Amino acid sequence: MYYIEPHIHMVSRITDDYVRMSRAGCVAVSEPAFWAGFDRGSASAFSDYFRQLTEVEPLRAAQFGIHHMCWICINAKEAENVSLSREVISIIPEFLGRPGVLGIGEIGLNKNTRNEVTILEEHVDLAMKTDELILVHTPHLEDKYEGTRMILDILGGDSRIRPDRVLIDHVEEHTIQLALDAGFWVGMTMYPVTKCTPDRAADMIERYGTERILVNSAGDWGPSNPMNTPDFIRTMRSRGHSDDTVSEVVAKNPLRFFARAKGFNFQPPASMRFEQLEDSTVP
Amino acid sequence: MVEKMNVSSVLDRYFLEMRQDVLKLASAFDRLRAGGDGESVKRDPRVVMLREAIGLLGKDEADLARRVQLVFSKPYDQNWRDSK
Repeated sequence: MYYIEPHIHMVSRITDDYVRMSRAGCVAVSEPAFWAGFDRGSASAFSDYFRQLTEVEPLRAAQFGIHHMCWICINAKEAENVSLSREVISIIPEFLGRPGVLGIGEIGLNKNTRNEVTILEEHVDLAMKTDELILVHTPHLEDKYEGTRMILDILGGDSRIRPDRVLIDHVEEHTIQLALDAGFWVGMTMYPVTKCTPDRAADMIERYGTERILVNSAGDWGPSNPMNTPDFIRTMRSRGHSDDTVSEVVAKNPLRFFARAKGFNFQPPASMRFEQLEDSTVP
Repeated sequence: MVEKMNVSSVLDRYFLEMRQDVLKLASAFDRLRAGGDGESVKRDPRVVMLREAIGLLGKDEADLARRVQLVFSKPYDQNWRDSK
């Protein structure tokens, strides 16, 4: 089964992971801008990082038949530095028009501080002015519930926001219904210890259905597994779910959401194409 | 409509994993006790949360994963804009 990995930080992964993902049927990845494990010191450091996302990774991925797309932002953790964040936000527009850039993300909250809220709101304002999709990071562990509700308050309080152009990522059992009820797309992240497992993701699919739901591995520089999305496919199949059902989550939903982006430039394999995606079409 | 497993299928598939997860918890609590100073263990807020969450599992009630998540979550204040 072909699949799309909607959230993975390939800049922090070795090339062997592209090989394994390609073998498992991955045809495209979406890579949000993230915290690289240290606090960067300047806007020029972010500019270099955004060049890596938009120039280097697409070439590395293409060697293995994988189409690479990305998102641009300053992440929630580094958003605590408001002055640096504003410098970075000022350079984001230079990158938004590049091929494969899906929108602004992954913005959000980390420890739910006032500074993080300020920078989140400024990113949202930019996305509204530039008509971009938004990918939202919800906090980890004990901060997730409070942070998700704060994020939903912020987005819900902005009348310019169209929920069908926003994906709330890293949802879990206590936040998924909040985001779905508000009309947003959601991502379930299968990641050791701090987030879901393929089984828990499958449980939530069985409870909430497949509409507006994606799954991802969020592979990064920590102990993580890019094979979690294929493992989700295997889990769903072993529970007796049809390939049509599984494909909705791992292929069609990512296409439906990403195809809304101005920078969407992916030609899916013939077996992944379908005629109409609501208000957008896949070539 | 997404298909679901029946009770028998769930147990056939997951019983051994569930048994393993219970043993992992039990052995972790044994490690806590072996660490000594039982009173400080009892008072540690992380242990309090763990016992509350585990207590939920002993109940024959619905929606346990969501409720356990909330045990480990900071509360949400609808007036956060004033307090942050």
